[in-house]
Amino acid sequence: MHELSLTQGVVDICESSAGGRRVTAVVLQIGELSSVVPEAVEFCFEACAKGTLLEGARLIIERIPARGRCSDCSAEFPLRSYFNNCPSCGGHRITIISGEELRVKEMEVD
Amino acid sequence: MCTTCGCSPENHQHDHDHDHDHHHHSHSHDPGEAARKISIETDILAKNNRLARVNRNLFFRSGVFVLNLVSSPGSGKTTILERTLRDLSRDYRFAVIEGDQQTDNDAVRIAATGVPVRQVNTGAGCHLDAHMVGHAVEAFDLDALDILLIENVGNLVCPAPFDLGENHKVVVLSVTEGEDKPLKYPAMFHNADVMLLNKIDLLPHIEFDVEKCKEMARKINPDILIFDISSRTGEGMDAWYKWLVSGTRKG
Repeated sequence: MHELSLTQGVVDICESSAGGRRVTAVVLQIGELSSVVPEAVEFCFEACAKGTLLEGARLIIERIPARGRCSDCSAEFPLRSYFNNCPSCGGHRITIISGEELRVKEMEVD
Repeated sequence: MCTTCGCSPENHQHDHDHDHDHHHHSHSHDPGEAARKISIETDILAKNNRLARVNRNLFFRSGVFVLNLVSSPGSGKTTILERTLRDLSRDYRFAVIEGDQQTDNDAVRIAATGVPVRQVNTGAGCHLDAHMVGHAVEAFDLDALDILLIENVGNLVCPAPFDLGENHKVVVLSVTEGEDKPLKYPAMFHNADVMLLNKIDLLPHIEFDVEKCKEMARKINPDILIFDISSRTGEGMDAWYKWLVSGTRKG
């Protein structure tokens, strides 16, 4: 349940940018390969936000699809997991170009 | 107050420092709805990553080689450390950080080898983070060390995204766990540079296809370095030791 400490991080980041205003919505970007379960973040968010400027804020989670680039043939393609091989040449040497994001994108304040 | 992370001494597990360096506020000046939107674009792990950089710089300046050992509970991490310390601590100066949710059982075992050890109890936490490690190393004279071994909380999921400032992540997999662990927990095997395949002395008694397991690990991470070892019998430990000491400044 590392989502608990990550969600605490979200609350800290938002509070430090809110300038004392109440936060009404938070938009997170979570990559499909990021080893974070969005439902667990939602579960933790209410508890972490309690008593802060984020209490009662809406949490919006955008999933970022995973994409890889083959180091052998330079093809780019969607990834479903860490162990996809390259659909063009079958190679395993894949650089992940998106899908590992864990980011606070934006928020709305009163 | 701690000058690195801003936490107060009585509250090391939960600091309330805010990492202003990495926040880029762009306040819209349009009236109405848009005026209330604040763009943040900050990595949720930014603070951990910043503290990990602080740790890494400190380790580099002190010339200490640092490994972060991760695995599921019961893979034999502590036994590997005990044997490694008994065999190498005459020639190399070690220290150990033990991460567990509760108890100092592992630290007691390490202390019996004569190597300085610091136990970190994470309580409800399921992983070590850079902040905890930064404070744990305050107990050591880093300049007087060659190797710092950090035994993370036994968990193949949660420690994966948390950089501690180590040189390498080392994942331990024991042959009693099933050969498809790398595919089931890909993030950990993807992030590790080294895999120790432990308890190979048990192979005659169980069904475990070593080559298949390695093939799966290399599917996730083609460059992962794999050592077959038994921390109980000592088989294969020499190759691990050779790699371990090659990372130190003594070579």
